Amino acid sequence: MYFTSYEFIGFLLITLILYYVVPKKAPKWPVLLIMSLLFYALNGVGALAFIIGTAAVMFFGALGLERLQEEQQDKIRENGELTKEEKKEIRKRYGFKKNLLITVCVAINVGALAFVKIGSLIAVLGISYYTLRAIGYLVDVNRKTVKAERNFFKFLLYISFFPVVIQGPLTDYGELTKSLYENHDLSWDNVGRGLLRVVWGFFKKLVIADRVFVAVSAIVENETSYRGVWVLAGMMLYTLELYADFTGGIDITIGMSEMLGIKVQENFDRPFFSTSLKEYWRRWHITMAAWFKTYLFYPVSVCPPMKKLLKFTRKHFGERVGKRIPVYLASAIVWFTTGLWHGFAANYVTWAMLHFAILMISEELEPAYASFHNKCKWASSRIYRVFMSLRTVFIVSLLMQFDIFKSVPLFFTRLVSLFGFGGQGLTAGFEAMGLALRDWIILGVGAVLMLAVSLLKGDGFFRDKLWNKPWILRYGAFAVLFTAILLLGMYGVGYDAGQFIYTRF
Amino acid sequence: MDELLDILSELHPDVNFEEEDALIDDEILDSFDIVTLVTEIGERMDVTIGAKDITPENFNSADALYDLIERIREEEG
Repeated sequence: MYFTSYEFIGFLLITLILYYVVPKKAPKWPVLLIMSLLFYALNGVGALAFIIGTAAVMFFGALGLERLQEEQQDKIRENGELTKEEKKEIRKRYGFKKNLLITVCVAINVGALAFVKIGSLIAVLGISYYTLRAIGYLVDVNRKTVKAERNFFKFLLYISFFPVVIQGPLTDYGELTKSLYENHDLSWDNVGRGLLRVVWGFFKKLVIADRVFVAVSAIVENETSYRGVWVLAGMMLYTLELYADFTGGIDITIGMSEMLGIKVQENFDRPFFSTSLKEYWRRWHITMAAWFKTYLFYPVSVCPPMKKLLKFTRKHFGERVGKRIPVYLASAIVWFTTGLWHGFAANYVTWAMLHFAILMISEELEPAYASFHNKCKWASSRIYRVFMSLRTVFIVSLLMQFDIFKSVPLFFTRLVSLFGFGGQGLTAGFEAMGLALRDWIILGVGAVLMLAVSLLKGDGFFRDKLWNKPWILRYGAFAVLFTAILLLGMYGVGYDAGQFIYTRF
Repeated sequence: MDELLDILSELHPDVNFEEEDALIDDEILDSFDIVTLVTEIGERMDVTIGAKDITPENFNSADALYDLIERIREEEG
């Protein structure tokens, strides 16, 4: 069931009614669990079995970890006269057991993920997301940043919470559970604000993303006739599509959670305003980047073999170069994994490794950049900042082409053709994209609207600022967006609104 | 503490680490800096900072980082 289907609107409505009719004294979270499992079951019973099975592994794994932690503590505490070495020995022994347990649990979950992704025998919605979420939980329990959940059903809700399960955000256990299990009373403020964000998300998805999709598909299908400068057009259009699609989907997710009184982490912070690729990855798909940093990059970077490697490289390559090799290696591992997570295919891995290459080159050039910015005062001007943002968008959009063309050689062919002539004429090219003039105007207005909302964001969300304005403005905005979706949205008889792009990953 | 401040200043000579208390939140230290810090602290102060200790709270200021180092020393002691 897509977020964009009529069924889903009904599903959400039923969830809201059930959630708020449960009396205050009774726990309300079971409603969310039942609806989440139902949401899953509607996507296939096999998928439901899959999520319950993998969740059980992590649930019992975490309990086992906590038990080992307690045993270890008892052993050290009970015996006050242990020497430093003896304590070290106990820690080492339990460290090994805990690591073994984590490895087994993670291997089962990642194995299941690989099985689904490579084998494609069974479609399990959102498996990439919930696998990472489950691993994060287990590691957090091991790090003692969170306590292991003792109620399996509560844990199952965390793993399967339907708004976030299919395309993120990759909510952190500690963060989401702050508001997931407690009861929330009906508040028009929550419902209204949430609904406004949901409607804005649907506008982005149905009016903008699904409309650009038509043009992007035409370019992909007839790639030979869209050469030369058309490559640039293709890049811009797909970037617009992905932005509207993914941020729109997350707006719907966060908005509907708000309607239930639940706070979900933000996943974007105006990413296209970033002045570098490094900054972009702090502002786009924030929760995924944070996950890879916390649970992969740091552990790999500071693990004992890396320290040994550092000693070796320092000895053989000197202080300056030697110091960088391990950190770059860790970063390469993270990017490689990020690529695989998006899909077990050459195009995603190349996409990721090119990101890695560009990031490392920028890292090496950092001193040069710094001296350039010191020497040229105009480089701190607003115009130059805009140039830097556009440069970032260009790099990101170029790499995004891996996502639509799926073939590595084709990507490079198109990249080369960007600097040549050819392709069809202007009028014919636009006509063959399958959108009427009216559609292009709608897209233009939509893009300007998204840009304006981003520019107006400032310290807080534009939506929140709008919410504090007189009622006529907020309900006006709601009415305009709602009407726009009804009249201009790409849906209806004979037309299936598309699934969100990020649900593929 | 002096050793720690030395390590920090070698990493970013332009930052006043005695004053700064939002090293992570204000993005003064990036993930590469943090890894370098952990390695240097390990070598020069003989304290092993694990991945679990790498949190914004522990790395936001020189003081917080020093507290972490003391905590680890105590635990290991």
